[in-house]
Amino acid sequence: MMFVPGNNPGMMADAHIYGPDSIMLDLEDSVTMAEKDAARLLVYNALKTIDYGTTEMVVRINPLNTPYGKKDVEAVVKAGVDVIRMPKTETAEEVRELEAEILKVETEIGRVGETQIMAAIESALGVVNAYAIATASKRMMGIALGAEDYSANLKTNRTPGGAELLLAREQIVVAARAAGIACFDTVYSNLDDMETFRKEVELIKTLGFDGKSIINPRQIEVVNSVFTPTEKEITKARAIVAAIKEAQAKGSGVIAVNGKMVDRPVVLRAERTIALAVAAGFIDKEEVL
Amino acid sequence: MRNTKVVTLEEAIRRSGLKDGMTISFHHHFRGGDKVVNMVVDCLAAMGFKNLKLAASSLSDVHTPLIDHIKNGVITGISTSGLRGALADAVSHGLLEEPVVFRSHGGRGSAIANGELKIDVAFLGASSSDELGNACGYSRSENAKSICGSLGYALPDARYARHVVVITDDLVAYPNMPMSIHAADVESVVVVESVGDSSKIAAGAIRDSKNPRDILLAKQAAKVIINSGLFVDGFSIQTGTGGASLAAVKYIREEMINRGIKASFALGGITAHMVKLHEEGLIGKLIDVQSFDKVAAESIKNDPAHQEVSAVEYASGQHLGSATHALDIVILSALEVDTNFNVNVLVGSDGIIRGAIGGHQDTAADSALSIIVCPLLRGRIPCVVPRVTTLITPGKSVDVVVTEYGIAVNPDRPEIAERLQAAGLHVVPIADLAAKAASIIGTPDPLPFGDKVVGVVMNRDGSVLDKIYNIVD
Amino acid sequence: MKNAVAGTLESGDILINIGPGEGLQVELQSSVAAQFGRQIKAVITETLEGLGIQDARVEAIDKGALDCTIRARVTAAAVRATGKDVWKD
Repeated sequence: MMFVPGNNPGMMADAHIYGPDSIMLDLEDSVTMAEKDAARLLVYNALKTIDYGTTEMVVRINPLNTPYGKKDVEAVVKAGVDVIRMPKTETAEEVRELEAEILKVETEIGRVGETQIMAAIESALGVVNAYAIATASKRMMGIALGAEDYSANLKTNRTPGGAELLLAREQIVVAARAAGIACFDTVYSNLDDMETFRKEVELIKTLGFDGKSIINPRQIEVVNSVFTPTEKEITKARAIVAAIKEAQAKGSGVIAVNGKMVDRPVVLRAERTIALAVAAGFIDKEEVL
Repeated sequence: MRNTKVVTLEEAIRRSGLKDGMTISFHHHFRGGDKVVNMVVDCLAAMGFKNLKLAASSLSDVHTPLIDHIKNGVITGISTSGLRGALADAVSHGLLEEPVVFRSHGGRGSAIANGELKIDVAFLGASSSDELGNACGYSRSENAKSICGSLGYALPDARYARHVVVITDDLVAYPNMPMSIHAADVESVVVVESVGDSSKIAAGAIRDSKNPRDILLAKQAAKVIINSGLFVDGFSIQTGTGGASLAAVKYIREEMINRGIKASFALGGITAHMVKLHEEGLIGKLIDVQSFDKVAAESIKNDPAHQEVSAVEYASGQHLGSATHALDIVILSALEVDTNFNVNVLVGSDGIIRGAIGGHQDTAADSALSIIVCPLLRGRIPCVVPRVTTLITPGKSVDVVVTEYGIAVNPDRPEIAERLQAAGLHVVPIADLAAKAASIIGTPDPLPFGDKVVGVVMNRDGSVLDKIYNIVD
Repeated sequence: MKNAVAGTLESGDILINIGPGEGLQVELQSSVAAQFGRQIKAVITETLEGLGIQDARVEAIDKGALDCTIRARVTAAAVRATGKDVWKD
């Protein structure tokens, strides 16, 4: 998910050409207070006019307890945004408040149920309440970690190794999986150190994250290459899924592929690999169904 | 030394027999650091010459002082590959009575060789010369003040001009061997303090662009080349110096290493990137008409596999032995491309002259595969349009257009389109790209052109391709 | 209406300076004035009319902004100048 400041019309106009899976237009921390009104209008007009193709469009609004939050919701729902990202989420109650606000605007324009929510968890309390937040609304499609504010909240600072984020990362992945929604890791801002960035992406993939936030098109390739399965992995996954289908048709219970026992976790992992391969365009969706 | 050709500039001009109305010529190897044109024309003005025709291989921002010389009637006609800055703007607003004649590098070479462009006196800057006029674009002495590398654009002038004056800032002992300009072609040698500002002639190697759009375009261009069917051992390549072109070389290199492919030669404007690939053993020979940076200039001085080529032997359409005829792949840029694949690299979308033909017409026509890399939009300016503002390179020479919104292939090359599609590249009709541009930025109003022809674009064969009219504010 | 400004001089943006005036007067500076000046002015006046503003003086410095950006900046300037927001509270 590529962050784009909501007060930069130049960047908002063509951020999608680099092929990020989703774009997050930001009305919150990257916009000064004096420009919140103008940024809201830029984002509204951009969403209504620019053809972002198949890119998922996300807007990070200001919290509802600021003078800006409610107007942000009105503007982006009316503009037809796919997902609203709520910053600094700490409780399930906050999610329900946002949901009510979204419903109000959707009802006004006759498009109820179309807007989803993503909650950014950026504090200790948020991490503690991660599962409650993840299950607070049917609109919740994912939760994400915001490491800058989180590490400040913990009264420590960010380190290259990310030791200070261990619990938060694992908690967010666990909560998301328990709730059946997606989870996203935080940004990495040193654009000149692609090596460390790649290591971080590999780490969070191993932890189970579905994706990562990025701040520059140059980071897209690294994330895609880490998350996209290799040809070897895809071939193996296909073999497993094919074997399962065959076994189901025959009515037999236990199957083996290449001499290895294939049980349910292995099958699920294979299905996930295929889903990633489809998303990366390596396999036709039709082929898989 | 018994016989010396070294004289002052004024004396050299006197000996040349230059008269009002004659044609003088210059090369542009000192690029934005050139001092020769201004120095010579200032001197000619002071000596009272009028109505001279200036045949430069190209002109740039640094030649703005010519505006006053034109206003004073010293210069009344110009032929060049390009114009930039205030001079170009003034020409577009009708500064000259005679239209400027624009030719490609190969076109200028042909015209000089076949007599269409007759040069009376050539003033050729050089980084070193001996007293008899053996001159180079670099110096082997310790007093070297400037370096530009290849003197490819100066060579036709040296060979065919009626009278040749070499201007150098480093007089070296005879014989200045090996040489680019031969003493036999030279009448006078003038020694000056400086022929050009080194910091602006050839900077250090141009750094890789960090612009995400350039990188995206570069990767797409590299994919086109790799999947074109021409990416085989022994292929040859030429690139421009725009950010996307240079970056494309980087991505092609990776694949060359992966597949064990080597290029037989790189042609044209040679950069540090090409030198690096050559030194790594990935490119066999470097055929250099213009050395774009210090690394390339030092390489041509020291490396026998890196050779200079004259504009005629580089790109003349009338000489079948010219190097462009052996060229496989060329990556070019554009100001505008239209839905017939015609390209404009000379006139801005506001109608003002702001570029140069360079080797565009030549390489596009003669190469096996010509690839134009340009963004779909530059701000609110569309680069893929229904019709180019000015026609520089005809569409039949252009094979592929790469933009960040998709790749268009000339319908004349269906086999290329098939290969690119099979490789999973996003190939779209060029009309779709033009429509996409218009859908984003709207449709521009017609430009306020007047009735005065301020420029004539020549085709490689000497015929007129297009006319440029003045802009009325 | 008082004087108000919205936008920047960054590439892709347009700086809008709005103040009281008679009728809708638009002064435009743009590097694409020849090709798009007419359209840019039209978008500015249409946006103001859409907000119910019939009298204002606008000075615009354009750096290649798309129509959606022009609409956003004009609206922002108008809201700042009149104090009347387009969103409810």
